[in-house]
Amino acid sequence: MSFDPERSNFAPTLRSRRTWARIGRWLFIAATVVALAALMMMLYNVATSTVGLVAVEYEREPSTLVEQPLEEVSKEELVALLQANISAGLFRRLEHDQPFATRSRETVYDLVIEHVVAETIVRSWPLDKSLVDRAAIEAEIAADYPTARVRFHAWLQPQFLTRSMSSNPEQAGVRTALLGSLWMVLITMLLAFPIGVGSAIYLEEYASDTLLNSILQSNINNLAGIPSIIYGMLGLAIFVRTLEPYTSGAAFGVLDGNGRTILSASLTMALLILPIIIVSAQEAIRAVPQSIRLASYGLGATRWQTTWYQVLPVAMPGILTGTILAMSRAIGETAPLIVVGASTFIVSDPTGPFSKFTVLPIQIYQWTSRPQAEFRHLAATAIVVLLVLLLTLNATAVLVRQRLGRLP
Amino acid sequence: MLIENPLMEARQVTLYYGASEALRDVTLQAAPHQITALIGPSGCGKSTMLRCFNRMNDLIPHVRLSGQILYRTHDLYHPDIDPVEVRRKIGMVFQKPNPFPKSIYENVAWGARLNGYRGNMDELVERCLRQAALWDEVQDQLRKSALALSGGQQQRLCIARTIATEPEVILMDEPCSALDPIATLRIEDLMRELKERYTIIIVTHNMQQAARVSDYTAMMMLTDDRAAGTIIEFGETQRLFTTPSDRRTEDYITGRFG
Ligand SMILES: Nc1ncnc2c1ncn2[C@@H]1O[C@H](COP(=O)(O)OP(=O)(O)OP(=O)(O)O)[C@@H](O)[C@H]1O
Ligand SMILES: [Mg+2]
Repeated sequence: MSFDPERSNFAPTLRSRRTWARIGRWLFIAATVVALAALMMMLYNVATSTVGLVAVEYEREPSTLVEQPLEEVSKEELVALLQANISAGLFRRLEHDQPFATRSRETVYDLVIEHVVAETIVRSWPLDKSLVDRAAIEAEIAADYPTARVRFHAWLQPQFLTRSMSSNPEQAGVRTALLGSLWMVLITMLLAFPIGVGSAIYLEEYASDTLLNSILQSNINNLAGIPSIIYGMLGLAIFVRTLEPYTSGAAFGVLDGNGRTILSASLTMALLILPIIIVSAQEAIRAVPQSIRLASYGLGATRWQTTWYQVLPVAMPGILTGTILAMSRAIGETAPLIVVGASTFIVSDPTGPFSKFTVLPIQIYQWTSRPQAEFRHLAATAIVVLLVLLLTLNATAVLVRQRLGRLP
Repeated sequence: MLIENPLMEARQVTLYYGASEALRDVTLQAAPHQITALIGPSGCGKSTMLRCFNRMNDLIPHVRLSGQILYRTHDLYHPDIDPVEVRRKIGMVFQKPNPFPKSIYENVAWGARLNGYRGNMDELVERCLRQAALWDEVQDQLRKSALALSGGQQQRLCIARTIATEPEVILMDEPCSALDPIATLRIEDLMRELKERYTIIIVTHNMQQAARVSDYTAMMMLTDDRAAGTIIEFGETQRLFTTPSDRRTEDYITGRFG
């Protein structure tokens, strides 16, 4: 239907415009569905590896040690069991590491499992297979390992967070890597956020239109696109090598250790995410209406007062959005930290900026590159931990942003 | 000289935005406790002229100004004068209401606090809102966002905010252009009250408004080569609107021009 087809100066395009709109809409819906499907696939893949059947063999059957199930035995009995079944030398060494009196029941239990029962996982399966093919799995194990027993094992369990690294997949956890990631993100953000926002303020509110400033600006834009491994090499050259006295803590009285510390990693990571923070903060500051600035100056505010009290509060939600993105990037980056020298195997918790460290993505990377299938389950579980950590930090930042976004 | 003791005075002001001339040889006086209106066709430099009086033009890059802007005996563009101090003494109300995205209370209090106000802030906020004829409407919702107010209320809030820094001069750039006739009349009433305490310079496109509220009127127009704005006639409003001496003024105020 058209209102006056004959006399119009306009071609009747409405029908084709409508068609294009429909096509566009379906394309967008299809794209969203594909993206969601890919995401679901990934989550399924990860989640199905975090729990499942395992076949275990024991050196000593737990039932031959004590009457009741081993899980219910008290700490004192466990210590006695340990003493009775391991060499005196090993027992003394364990006592020397940490007296049994001060150890928790949990750790003693782990020692019994490790040294007495000596449970080893000989084969493992993901959850989907475990549920569908249980009979086939048991037949397979009966043929290959007559003495082995098949049981369910949750790779993702609370102890996974509290145990440190171990070459035994059943004893291994992400505690060291998780703490390393937290330390690194904390220090990175403490460095990058103020510097980044400060630079954005300078570039938007103070810098005049000089050649130098526009060169600076275009350089910052380009820095955001440099491969992260280059930052790793930069970090290695500057922070690990040249500034070693400072990044190793030697200048502050920390004596053991080299420049491959959390501080070096954080400095490198801060450099890496600075351009992201600067550019997004600039966008946010630029989006603040000029009328607010004029109103502020009109009342006799200085440039600094205008920026601090009027521009920044309005820009803060936008700045935080960019910061959240940058933080996610910092948590997930792997390559530059490998170059900067994250440790491949450490069991001691990081205690501060001058500690040796590893982080979750590196831990995951290492586990995936091990030949044994069990470590792949650990990697999947660590991915879940990483995702949860990411979501938690982002949710916190979003909450902060919402609080700031609200009016006084 | 038309005015014996002007509070503010522009002397032979010429202003360039980069290479383009916006004002040429403008001379204007504002009498204390009077309302001076700037009228003229769009683009003739009224806003530019107004911004000279509180150095808001400093915020625009590549602006050059020659001539003098005098406030009492001070030359406002003298190197010893701090523009921040100037803007407190000479407040400004903009064409579009631009309250801060904060509470009503904070909108009024901020400018005062910023300039080191030491008195009782609650009293100041109430007094300024009363002077701006807004108190009765907002007294129960001082903590509410200023952005939730209507356009006319926002403009009165902006006036209250300007008064709170205790300026001596208030510059108003088309303060009623976004308002309906009722809100416009309220602001005009307000201006008549405010002139007891303050000196007001107002830019307006509304001839009746200029005739109703102002005591002096300056007619601005582009120069004959259409390059820059200048003042073609200045005088008491009464006289200028009844017996304009310049033909172009007469055409403009009777609506035959521009
Ligand atoms: N920030 C600026 N940069 C460059 N030129 C400007 C700027 N502001 C104004 N001008 C120029 O100066 C001249 C006068 O502008 P101004 O805004 O003072 O006019 P006006 O009389 O206030 O017009 P209106 O009545 O439409 O508000 C115009 O030619 C305009 O293009
Ligand atoms: Mg104007």
